This record gives sequence, C-alpha cells and structure tokens, in this order.
Amino acid sequence: MSQVSRQSDVIVVGGGLVGMAVAYGLARSGVSTLVLDQGDVAFRASRGNFGLVWVQGKGHDLPDYARWTGSSATRWPAFAQALLADSGVDVQLRQPGGFHMCFSDQELLERESRLRTLQAALGDYPFQMLDAADLKARLPLIGPAVVGASYTPQDGHVNPLKLLRALHAAAQAKGAVVRSSMEVQRIDSAAGEFSVTTAQGRFVAPRIVLAAGLGNPALARQVGLHAPVAPNRGQVLISERVRPFLEYPTINVRQTDEGTVQLGDSMEEVGFDDSTSTDVLAAIARRGIATFPLLRDVRLVRAWGALRVLSPDGFPIYQHSATHPGAFVVTCHSGVTLAAAHALRLVPWILGGARPSELQAFSGERFLTDKVYSHAH
Amino acid sequence: MRTDSLFQPVKSEAGAKRTVRLTFNDQPFTVPAGLSVAAALLMSGIRRFRATPVSEAPRAPYCMMGVCFECLVEIDGVPNRQSCLVEVADGMRICSQEGARDLVYQPSDVQALEVRS
Repeated sequence: MSQVSRQSDVIVVGGGLVGMAVAYGLARSGVSTLVLDQGDVAFRASRGNFGLVWVQGKGHDLPDYARWTGSSATRWPAFAQALLADSGVDVQLRQPGGFHMCFSDQELLERESRLRTLQAALGDYPFQMLDAADLKARLPLIGPAVVGASYTPQDGHVNPLKLLRALHAAAQAKGAVVRSSMEVQRIDSAAGEFSVTTAQGRFVAPRIVLAAGLGNPALARQVGLHAPVAPNRGQVLISERVRPFLEYPTINVRQTDEGTVQLGDSMEEVGFDDSTSTDVLAAIARRGIATFPLLRDVRLVRAWGALRVLSPDGFPIYQHSATHPGAFVVTCHSGVTLAAAHALRLVPWILGGARPSELQAFSGERFLTDKVYSHAH
Repeated sequence: MRTDSLFQPVKSEAGAKRTVRLTFNDQPFTVPAGLSVAAALLMSGIRRFRATPVSEAPRAPYCMMGVCFECLVEIDGVPNRQSCLVEVADGMRICSQEGARDLVYQPSDVQALEVRS
C-alpha cells in the first residue's frame, strides 16, 4: 500500500504497558502521538503479569536501577490520580509496603545482606527484617514454614489489567491515536524522519520509540540500536474470589482488589513457549500454601504462562540511537512498577531534554561485550 | 433484571419416581433424584442463586456445564460450589452464595460438619 500518514510527532511501536505509558506521557505533554500495536498475535506480557509496584531488593548490584525503580514508586500515587482523572479508571493502587517471605535462615540472612547493601548505596532505603514472631504479629495468617521476612514500606500493587485499560483510555483522551493489528514490517530512516511500513500503510514521524517487548531486537537493529531481550516464562495461578484476607502484596502471593488470589514466582527459560506446566504450577501452589496455609482450601479457577521481556543482565534498556537520532528503544520486564517513570521521566528525554541521570547504566551497548550475565534484577 | 429460567426439564424424565429432600436457604424442597443441584433449584423456582462479589448483582445458572461459574452456591457448608456439577443428595443443605467466600473461617466449619456426619 502506498498510503502515507504523517500526522504525528512521535510513533510508539507497542501498545503494552511500556508503550502506552510512554504514549500517555507524550500525549499529556501535548505531543501528537501514534501508537502502532501488533495485535493479539503478540506475546502480551502486559496481560499476564503479577501487578506489583515493587522496590525492595531490586538493583542491589546496580544502585541506579534501585534509584530508577524508587523514583517510579514515589511518583505512582500522583500518576494513579492522573490516570483516574484522564481515563476514569481507578487502577486500585495500594502501597502499604510489601513482604518477601523467607523459608530458611540462610535465605533470611542473604535477604538482609542484600537490603543492607542497598541501604548503604542509597541512604534513604528503609526496611525491616522480621523473625517468625514479628511476622506473625504483622500477618497472623502466616504459615509456620516461614522463618521470617523482609518488609519495605515502598512496595505496593495495582490491578494490572485495569492499568493497561487506564493507560489506553488516558492516552487516547489526551489525543494519542492507537492503531491495532499494525505489525511493523520495516523501519526506514531518512534525514529527520522515520518511515514505518505496515501491511496497512506507511507512517512517518520525526521520532520513534520502540516499546515492542520481545519484538524489539529485530526492530532496534533497523535504527542502529541494540536490544537483545529474550523471553523468560512466569506462570500464575488465580483463585476464586474470596473476602479480603491479605492487605499487603508479597513476592509470591497477593490478593487483588476484586478478591482473587494471585500466586506465582516462577522463572523459566523455555523460549517462546507461553504454556503452563503441572510441575511448576504445583510448586507455586505449594509455596503459596506454605506462606498462607488457609489457601489450602481455596479453589483455583485459572492458570497461565506469560513471557517476561528480559535483557541478558535482567535490567532495562533505554537508549537513544547514535546513528539514527530520534530513535529510542525502551524495554524492561517491570512495566507496572516503572510505568510512572516511563510516563513522567522518560518522556522529556525522548522530546529532546536531558536524559535522567540514572539511565546512563542502561544503554543496550553494554551487551556488546563477551561478558556472561546472570539474571540479577 | 429478573428473567424466567432458560432451562426446562426434559418431559420424559420429569416423572422420575425417586425423590430427595433438600433445603435452599432453609426452605425445604422435594426434587427428583439424579438431577444436578442447579437443575433441581431451577425447577423448584429458585431464580437468585448468588450475589456477585464485586457489585452484589443477582445471578443464576447460565451455561449448566461447568464453565461460567454463575451458578455458585454453598452446599453443606462448602462455599462457591458449581451447582451444575453437583448431584442432589438427600438432606443437602444449600445456601445462596452471598458475594465472595470467607477463606479465614470456612475450613474449620467444613471440618466440623464432616466430623458430625
């Protein structure tokens, strides 16, 4: 098709949590924004995630990641208010602090060491280590297999499906145009503009943001960027709705605003297979019951697998192309936690402002070495 | 919105000889044996099986084959049971499912019931 549309200042490729947070930030800055979303053939990490706004423990070996994460969590209350005002959707943000349960003394010691390292690096990093008795006082329904936990007051959670809906509605209310079933076939660059070819036509804009999750590696290389992300599967169990019994998020069990219990903490490298497996789901269920024994009697109504978007070291990639100015890649696996930072702090940089100071550590070029990475997010 | 039941008993099966007695919200009913709880309650004139957890809207069976979860009731103290998948039994005590079940107290009640019976 030869139809060319050049109505936007920025094209965002990807209509998931990352792309839509950027698009919402752009649109509320008054920038005309076009989102091209691949459609339901995509892997849709944004529809399979756990919904945590999680700070604790992240970035213990990369303090800038802890700072970036913390800056998003701090901005989340105002961000949720803005989303409510612009979309009418309450994403049910709750930030009462979160617990990371430990099932052995060794695990508890390692946890404390990790959080102390973070506190030393960041200064303002409150946390508490709780032994079994402390924890029982805070969470009376905790199981006897839990020997202790770490608690940090910054942690929280949202309803992630409502968040995705809110971002779409808010971005469009602010003027962003979202086109679905737009699989990007090619990106061509000319002086001062990018031309994006889809089966439905060509779209042209002076700036482009790649937020296509697992689709980013192939798109990034067309505009001089390096985004070697790969899938990492998480599996999730969903229970029947039950009356509120848990007001805090934890790393493996949380109760949603509408009553379902969500369980999951698995990580598997199985390529592009987003199915479920009985052994992993059984382990998730066992760990959930060990955490809160009253879950023994709960009925499970759904299970799914979803693919995280992970870079080789587990940290995000934020980069402006040196060879193709105006092209950016934005990719991470914490699209919920980082949504506020993506909308409020990335956008000024994308529009030509200064790069947020923490982001120096997150260029894709860090992977153009022979170093072997282990996931440490 | 209140509507008539979507379902009618199969005529050839309507005159079954054996019956069982059960209660729904303490009201006694005599129903044909062999039916699902959902079918038995519908043919007894029950139109409100539960209230939804989020908006407390009334609900009744929709799919009758274990998929839609609209027919949830409490049966003999066990909450959130899919009544279309459970066969009626003599003496069954059925209650409407009022919103979300309570996870905290229910298990002990169930155990107590099982010990008594």
